Amino acid sequence: MSAVLEAVDVSKRFGGVHALRNVSLRLREGDVVGLIGPNGSGKTTFLNCLSGVFPPSTGRIALDGRPIPRRGHAVARRGVVRTFQNIRLFGWLTALQNVEVGALGAGRARRGSSRRHALQTLAQLGIDRLADRYAGTLSYGDQRRLEIARALAAAPRFLLLDEPAAGMNEGESAELGAAVQAIRRERGCGVLVVEHDLRLIMRICDHVVVLNEGEVIASGSPGDVRTDPAVVAAYIGTDDTGNATNGGAE
Amino acid sequence: MTLHEFVQQCINGLSLGSTYALLALGLAMLFSIMGLINFAHGELLTIGGYVMWTLLHHDVSWALVVPATLLATTLAAVAMERIAFRPLRGASIETLLVTSFALAFFIQTVLQIGVSAEPEPIAHTGWSDRGYSVGPYTIGLIQIITTAVTFAVLVALVVFLRRTLLGVSIRAAAEDFAVVRLMGIPAGRVVVAAFALSGLLAGIASLLFFASAGSVSPTSGTAPVVAAFIAVVLGGLGNLAGAVVGGYVLGFADQILAAVHSSTILQFHDAVVLAILIGLLLLRPQGLVGRSRGLA
Repeated sequence: MSAVLEAVDVSKRFGGVHALRNVSLRLREGDVVGLIGPNGSGKTTFLNCLSGVFPPSTGRIALDGRPIPRRGHAVARRGVVRTFQNIRLFGWLTALQNVEVGALGAGRARRGSSRRHALQTLAQLGIDRLADRYAGTLSYGDQRRLEIARALAAAPRFLLLDEPAAGMNEGESAELGAAVQAIRRERGCGVLVVEHDLRLIMRICDHVVVLNEGEVIASGSPGDVRTDPAVVAAYIGTDDTGNATNGGAE
Repeated sequence: MTLHEFVQQCINGLSLGSTYALLALGLAMLFSIMGLINFAHGELLTIGGYVMWTLLHHDVSWALVVPATLLATTLAAVAMERIAFRPLRGASIETLLVTSFALAFFIQTVLQIGVSAEPEPIAHTGWSDRGYSVGPYTIGLIQIITTAVTFAVLVALVVFLRRTLLGVSIRAAAEDFAVVRLMGIPAGRVVVAAFALSGLLAGIASLLFFASAGSVSPTSGTAPVVAAFIAVVLGGLGNLAGAVVGGYVLGFADQILAAVHSSTILQFHDAVVLAILIGLLLLRPQGLVGRSRGLA
């Protein structure tokens, strides 16, 4: 039976602000799930709860039926690894060393094996030629790819990608989509993609969850979500009669 | 002061600069990773001095004094982390700073009560007074050894930080501790390794410092750690190369000012050194080398 990362009725409050209200989501190994919503809808807060940055105020997050640990490093050790909306690479480490840190997190403590594994991971993302460059000197798109490579080196069973296509052009975004599909195919891990590029989400995801103001307003196949009136209204607003002002979310 | 005298005073300042540089390296590393300026770092120097005093007092050979001193300061640094700083993980920089002062006073008081408030003589090594003439200049064996050891330590430290997985993870933690944890690396391991390294560096500084200082007292580490802190700020916070440069600049400045001051203004020696520091930081607020461009 495949592993499951599950959030049940997760809420998060910061003082009097409800960032998340009763959000539930189920991610199985081998699935690609999209999490979309307007700015400030709580997507990154939800990712922070899933990855152990902070605990939810109420609700439950479980991996294979067991609650996820409270400490961030223990969550990663159990196979939940993430990237970041604002790229957080180690700029003064080379690309290879960035990936080696991920490999060390996965318990590869020997330099030889971690180096070999890190090079393979860089190759999978098509950036092995940049192995010896300082991460801070790479182009924006390559930095995004390197973040994913670093997360993959930590041997995730569940990979959480926070706006991986931000700042990418259409061609780069298409390449990224292909890379995510390859990761699912070759590694079998579940992938949760938070993204504003709806074309990418519709192309690569099996299931899409839509957040608005901290609440789930729609959940289903990409096709169903795209035409859901609540989603359309959240993205482009409604007219005076309460009807969406356009016909689709894209 | 003639050029000849200036160069000679710089040579004389090599020992002091090396001690400052080694202490500053330990301070800079902990600051990079934890945001901690550990003023109890000077007490590691003192502990090393007392270990040397005890062993040399009992005629133990230098071949044993060296590893025993290094082991003692390394273990003391790890104990500091375990007892004083680990319970405060995630605390504000002010809390950590006050804790480090408290720890420094605690160790000084324990030494005053447990050993003595008076300085204890450390047996002079015959070799530390030896000197050689190079042209018009005189250079002491202790200056040659301290400088060679400091540069060897710096090279070894850079190789460790660049070539080993633990070293790479320490550098990564210095850049973004939270992300290192989210990659699955336990924070404790990295922090303990950094404290152990800083203790080892303090041990090396201790051996070099007390080999020529001649005595150790409970407050022996206070002035050097303040100087090392100034060196870290002067070089650029959290930058290892900057810490070394800052240490040597301060060591040379100390020595040259002591030589040129008339006896009347000698009492303002520290004020003059600090005024120079303020002047340099007004010109280069980021420090001589620059603020935190990565650990190595």
